Amino acid sequence: MPQVALALGDKLVITAPHLEDLLQALQQRGFTLIGPTLHQGDLVYDELASVADLPRGWTDEQEAGVFRLKPREDQVFFGFAMGQHSWKAFLLPPRTKLWQAERQGHGFEIVPNQAETPKFAFIGVRPCDLHAIAVQDRVLLEGLYVDPFYQARRRSAFIVAVNCTRAGGTCFCASMGTGPQATSGFDLALTEILHGPEHYFLVEVGSNQGAEVLQEVPHKPATAAVQLQAENMVQETAAHMGRRLDTVGIKELLYRHYDHPRWEEVASRCLTCGNCTLVCPTCFCHAIEDVTDLSGQQAERWRRWDVCFNVDHSYIHGGSIRPSAKARYRQWLTHKLATWIDQFGCLGCVGCGRCITWCPVGIDITAEVRAIRESEKKE
Amino acid sequence: MVPNAPVPRPHPANPAVPMLTQPFQIRRVRQETPDTFTLALQPAWGAAPFCFLPGQFNMLYAFGVGEVPISISGDPANTQTLVHTIRAVGTVTRAIQKLKPGQVLGVRGPFGSHWPVAEAAGHDMVIVVGGLGLAPLRPAIYQILAHRAEYGNFELIVGARTPGDLLYYKELEQWRGRFDFRVHVAVDSAGPEWRNNVGVVTTLIPRARFDPWHTTALVCGPGVMMRFTVQELLQRGIKPENIYVSMERNMQCGIGLCGHCQLGPYFICKDGPVFAFDQIEKWFALREI
Repeated sequence: MPQVALALGDKLVITAPHLEDLLQALQQRGFTLIGPTLHQGDLVYDELASVADLPRGWTDEQEAGVFRLKPREDQVFFGFAMGQHSWKAFLLPPRTKLWQAERQGHGFEIVPNQAETPKFAFIGVRPCDLHAIAVQDRVLLEGLYVDPFYQARRRSAFIVAVNCTRAGGTCFCASMGTGPQATSGFDLALTEILHGPEHYFLVEVGSNQGAEVLQEVPHKPATAAVQLQAENMVQETAAHMGRRLDTVGIKELLYRHYDHPRWEEVASRCLTCGNCTLVCPTCFCHAIEDVTDLSGQQAERWRRWDVCFNVDHSYIHGGSIRPSAKARYRQWLTHKLATWIDQFGCLGCVGCGRCITWCPVGIDITAEVRAIRESEKKE
Repeated sequence: MVPNAPVPRPHPANPAVPMLTQPFQIRRVRQETPDTFTLALQPAWGAAPFCFLPGQFNMLYAFGVGEVPISISGDPANTQTLVHTIRAVGTVTRAIQKLKPGQVLGVRGPFGSHWPVAEAAGHDMVIVVGGLGLAPLRPAIYQILAHRAEYGNFELIVGARTPGDLLYYKELEQWRGRFDFRVHVAVDSAGPEWRNNVGVVTTLIPRARFDPWHTTALVCGPGVMMRFTVQELLQRGIKPENIYVSMERNMQCGIGLCGHCQLGPYFICKDGPVFAFDQIEKWFALREI
């Protein structure tokens, strides 16, 4: 193993069999590995014991309202885009206990939830999802108040990104400036290259901890040719992306069109099921729930993901602020692409395409925005 | 704009744990109207002062039942006793209504923006409230009266459905007896024993005396009432940036994280509930926002 210490920005090569060494090095440091794996015929993010759990040799076929897993001709590890899960399930879990309370006489005592923070290493984070994590950082860590649960999980997480060498069917990251190349927000970033009999990863070091971990994995310097090949593969991915979303002046565009007839039209298709919000890697809305045990002596406060497509989401005494599907769809889309900019200084959409794939009626956010934009040209 | 620099807003005593509620003991309960009551609260243990600015709110927790946002309606100069006026309309507020003196509820706060009372020193003040809207403005009234010499004319305009729905009835009577500000009251409907104005609250606005260019108006009430009141105040020449309204949305976390209280680009719980009208004019006019 080379003695030279690795530094930020270094690019190295590890061969495919040594991916297992990387995972083991992370496990030895106490990380629980979370990555893509097959579960009951579906592609999910879950705990990995070794590289054997990765969906090697599988790919995905995605279109609006369509997701199919298919075997590949080759044996690449990361030959698919993504499933319906996003990493937010591990950083901002669907359900979190905030505290519990015990009745004492006329009053009660509050006990904070001091459960140990899991230490996750995320394996195979796509560039769009790196951006999604950065977006949630802004929302949950950089505002007036900080979410201490998210903060604890986020701080201890190790991120192994994987650059995209194939565009998924509903991806539009290239037009959002969020991919297909990982540029920041990772500890290590891999590009998987299968070239004839050669199967290896180009690895970019993104943090000191990343450098330390990689030091423990057999590696060699990356030649210029390898780096060029990886760049070409990623550029090729960008060039073959089927969808795009034009974000020029998008906030102003949508602010001008709160009364656009398109909202009514999309509402006639939308089932208000909320799938799009659950698969969205940036959606952060959560409901607060107070519960008691049967004796009424113990109470707990939980939060769980909430969905702005529910009538309850905007309920105040007397009724809902947004009773119509039109208003709820408009709230979701304008939040992602307009008001989010005013709230957090960035877009709330990273172009991962999950909301398109997992919409049961195939509503396409890029098509909805295009319809509104093009109606302006006709005027 | 208001004449003076903004006052920094108070936050929960321990901002690192804004999700944790603090037990407060009920000291007094007063029935205001058939469905509305006022609680005086003190910390269940210890007596750390509770500082807030007029217009801020707390999240009140009924053990095991749930939590609701309720504006603070006591005197901001009194940091020992926390006062909330609550209308029993839902599961949580009805559970709070059942609590007796000595019992405990949870308090998180204070949260949100405030009425620019200190900031408006030097201006004439106009306060227009409808129904329960008097509760979040009572702290502002106390603060203006405590520093009465710093303001010009002060007009308080109060509307309610019926005389029986008037909040703080005795206090309103006392205020009407003062010579240093004017109190106008109107009810939508009343029996023959009512010898005062009948009509919507906006009909009283022409009676208020103020210099529109140097006036700050604070408005709180149901949505329709605020819309027509703001129109009337604008017509009388008050600048939109000097008219303040308090907005309402579903609030669950109180700390800008849960997403329920959005109004366009704003989170009511942290950017509001008090807004200058020019700030939210665009959103005020839209339906189902």
